[in-house]
Amino acid sequence: MVDRRILKNFDWSLLFVALVLSLIGVMTIYSATRPVVNVEQQSFYLKQFYWIGISLICFFLIVSIDYRWIARSGYIFFGFGIVLLIIVLIAGKRGLGAQRWLDLGFLSFQPSEFFKIFFIMAFSRYLSDMKQEAILGLKDLLKMGFIFFIIPAVLILKQPNLGTVMILLFVFVSMIMTAGVRKKIVVMTIIIGLISVPFVGNVLWGGLKEYQKNRIVAFVNPSVDPRGVGYNINQSKVSIGSGGFFGKGYLKGTQGALRFLPERHTDFIFPVFAEEWGFAGSIVLFIMYLFIILRGFDTARRARDLTGSFLAMGVTFMFSFYFIINIGMTLGMVPVVGVPMPFISYGGTALLSNFIALGILTNVRMRRFALFY
Amino acid sequence: MERRILTGAYIVITIFAVFLLRLWYLQVIKGGEYKKIAERNRLRAIEIPAPRGIIYDRNNNALVRNIPTFDVSVVKEDLPSDSETLSELGRLLGLNPEEIKNRLKRASSNPFEPVVKLKQNLSLEEVARIEAHKIDFPGLQVDVVVSREYLYGRLASHIIGYLGRLTLNQAKDPDYSDVPKEAFIGQMGAEGIYDKILRGVAGKKIIEVDAVGRVTKLIGMQPHINGEDIRLTIDRTVQAEAEYALGDKTGAVVAIDPNTGEILAMASSPSFDPNLFAKGINYTDWENIINDSQKPLLNRAIQSQYPPGSTFKIVTAIAALEEGAITEETTAHCSGGIFVGRLFKCWRGKGHGTVRLHRAIVESCDVYFYETGRKVGIDKIAEYASALGLGKPTGIELDGEKSGIVPSTSWKLRTLKQQWFMGETLNTAIGQGYVSATPHQMARLIAAVSNGGKLYKPHILKDSEHDYLDKVVEIKPDTLNLVKSALVGVVSENGGTGHAARSNIVSIGGKTGTAQVIGGDRASRNFKDHAWFVAFAPVENPQIAVAVFVEHGGHGGATAAPIAKRVIEAYFKEKIEDEKGSRLGESPEETSGQGFKGRKLKNQISKIIPNSRDTF
Repeated sequence: MVDRRILKNFDWSLLFVALVLSLIGVMTIYSATRPVVNVEQQSFYLKQFYWIGISLICFFLIVSIDYRWIARSGYIFFGFGIVLLIIVLIAGKRGLGAQRWLDLGFLSFQPSEFFKIFFIMAFSRYLSDMKQEAILGLKDLLKMGFIFFIIPAVLILKQPNLGTVMILLFVFVSMIMTAGVRKKIVVMTIIIGLISVPFVGNVLWGGLKEYQKNRIVAFVNPSVDPRGVGYNINQSKVSIGSGGFFGKGYLKGTQGALRFLPERHTDFIFPVFAEEWGFAGSIVLFIMYLFIILRGFDTARRARDLTGSFLAMGVTFMFSFYFIINIGMTLGMVPVVGVPMPFISYGGTALLSNFIALGILTNVRMRRFALFY
Repeated sequence: MERRILTGAYIVITIFAVFLLRLWYLQVIKGGEYKKIAERNRLRAIEIPAPRGIIYDRNNNALVRNIPTFDVSVVKEDLPSDSETLSELGRLLGLNPEEIKNRLKRASSNPFEPVVKLKQNLSLEEVARIEAHKIDFPGLQVDVVVSREYLYGRLASHIIGYLGRLTLNQAKDPDYSDVPKEAFIGQMGAEGIYDKILRGVAGKKIIEVDAVGRVTKLIGMQPHINGEDIRLTIDRTVQAEAEYALGDKTGAVVAIDPNTGEILAMASSPSFDPNLFAKGINYTDWENIINDSQKPLLNRAIQSQYPPGSTFKIVTAIAALEEGAITEETTAHCSGGIFVGRLFKCWRGKGHGTVRLHRAIVESCDVYFYETGRKVGIDKIAEYASALGLGKPTGIELDGEKSGIVPSTSWKLRTLKQQWFMGETLNTAIGQGYVSATPHQMARLIAAVSNGGKLYKPHILKDSEHDYLDKVVEIKPDTLNLVKSALVGVVSENGGTGHAARSNIVSIGGKTGTAQVIGGDRASRNFKDHAWFVAFAPVENPQIAVAVFVEHGGHGGATAAPIAKRVIEAYFKEKIEDEKGSRLGESPEETSGQGFKGRKLKNQISKIIPNSRDTF
């Protein structure tokens, strides 16, 4: 199925780092959810482990298909994704105050997680189809913005799922910027943006859910209500800080297992890790992420064609923003937005979509040299 | 585009670097601080109070016990601090929300002791109500606290003392450094003096809790050390009789074992109920006690001094006999008074006729002692009074003891800067004027007279391992026998002033005293004379010595003597019953049941009574 000459260029190191991260994830989920009173160990870590298996299969599946086919089918998947998002709003399962899940009976998943991939696929095709080495004009931007961003963003915000919309927005903007935008437009956008801040800000603020507003208030000043909104941020900082340089040791952390830290196996899993492994462990973790991201940029730079370049870029930007928003949030540098830590946070759909994205990246990297069939 | 991709990569690298700096700041620079906060999150220190030692009477009857009471407290960090929660909590506890706020504010900032007491001594109803609503107030908890119950209420309240909150002075005292701020500690009497022995050492338990306050494990434990029991020299029965006999009269009764110096009973009336204090006295009760003109907290047995009246004639007689100023045969003629500069009256207007020492004591003839006093002189009287323990504190463990006054020429020069007059000698000879003594001093004096001149260091802690003999006053046996036989006559002979003390059970010797209250409206109660009676029994082999004092009680023979008799009889009735009991094979030590465990007190006693060490 896959040419042996192509296989020769397979980047094992990317897969290896991602797998290590995933296993660290399983370990940390185990630690975060380990029982301290007489209750049974929750099975999160096992489920996550099975999901790694599923993700690996999908990863290899993705790798085996030429990325140009993947980009070609982008529009179809994008359309399919929009349909799924509409179905979620109509028939989705509610959980934690949001309607994000689709229940297929044997498993349930979050279509918005996959939608990010569909978006990258479709948008990469769109950008690469444009004839010029694109210096984008205003008309193009408005059209693109409406189709690729505004429509799905509205649907996802309805769930509501601010985190995914944020990621989508950042990936969208950074892909456009890398593709190239006229300087005049960038300047204009910034000026219009600044002028409209009070007005748009008001509309946005009014459109936010109460808990979202609170998160922003808490970010600005966590001590406003240490028991309420600021609690997450405070406990997150306490967990990270109490790890010190070398950490308390695996399974020795107290903040997670004793439940002082909310969302300790999902969005706030990094504090659990940082408490147990300290600054030393966190650096290693950071380096692994940085490796994947820089490898991604390298792939985008060296891709055989524009399609590959945009695909790699989209995926890389996605990983970058996941990491930046998640870690920034746990460090108290970014408002609390429900964004998981890629490969590590508990969540099957997210893990699968991350491996699929990694598959696309590996795919592009593997096929970076022109071959003739 | 390649350039723009690189730009993206640089931006990402920059952000990574910023994150690393932030991480360094949180984990390395502020790591220690956050570690403390994390520990405070999960660790709670719980105090394990040490059961306070029980106080027993000399026959191993418990006088107090420990009972559980309920306090409500809150884990400061867990309670939301908004005013709505506070006002609701105030409603639940019946407290002012402002007060709760203040208490929380004042609380210790020690992260390991985040618990703040809100209210103590809850009723069972309150406990039920709080338990039912606890779920609405995170961090609220009801604690079981050990409190003190005084089994016999007012009985021996001045001797046993009471528990009260740590006072400001005690808070500074290193002896109390290990006592928590909210604790109740001994404040008076045995509870106060022997607090260090009784209170033991509180233990501590450090537990780990999760975010919802469930205990997940025990981290460490420092076991408590039980307080040690103590045993008093007080005899419950004699004490009760003394208080009962005093009734609502103002006064004091002291009973001493003349062979050991042990205080068998020490009653002061009016008294107070220490149970009011043990649970945290309320304002009204405290005001009532403090503003009572009769001063119920005052232990009149040692903290008040009065002219001893005719009971002092014992001292005058001993001084005169020892100094050879008189003999058994010396007579004096009493015609109701004697003129020395002015008229000195005898209490009996028509006089006693010609009397020798024996009858002079029996009938308490004032004129005889005016004459005797004049012969022996004030300074010799003062010498013997001092030798018999008057004029200086006896050294009993209890606080605030008065020393009394033994006047002499030098004393008057020193304190009043005046010359001594002969008339004052006459007054002093019959126990009036400047001379004064506490009821306890008089009891010790009569005990020494009855036991051959032995003065003991008085004590309320039963301790058979030590000899408490203070000194032996050098008095010729003849002198003592003469005085003693006269004292027996006071009670048993016709015309004796103390006939009201005559008993069918036991032979009693004693001396009445009526101390004049000078310069008042004689009809009103407050200016009636003070009544005294000092006594010992049995005459042949004294086992109990008693002093009774009744403020404004009138004549000693009428008011004080019957009380002394009742106390002495109570003591011997109990002895007889005990002997019956032990003949049946039950020694009182075994039947009392409670068991007394605090015998290893030697060192602690010498720590507490520093001046007692030399006599051990």
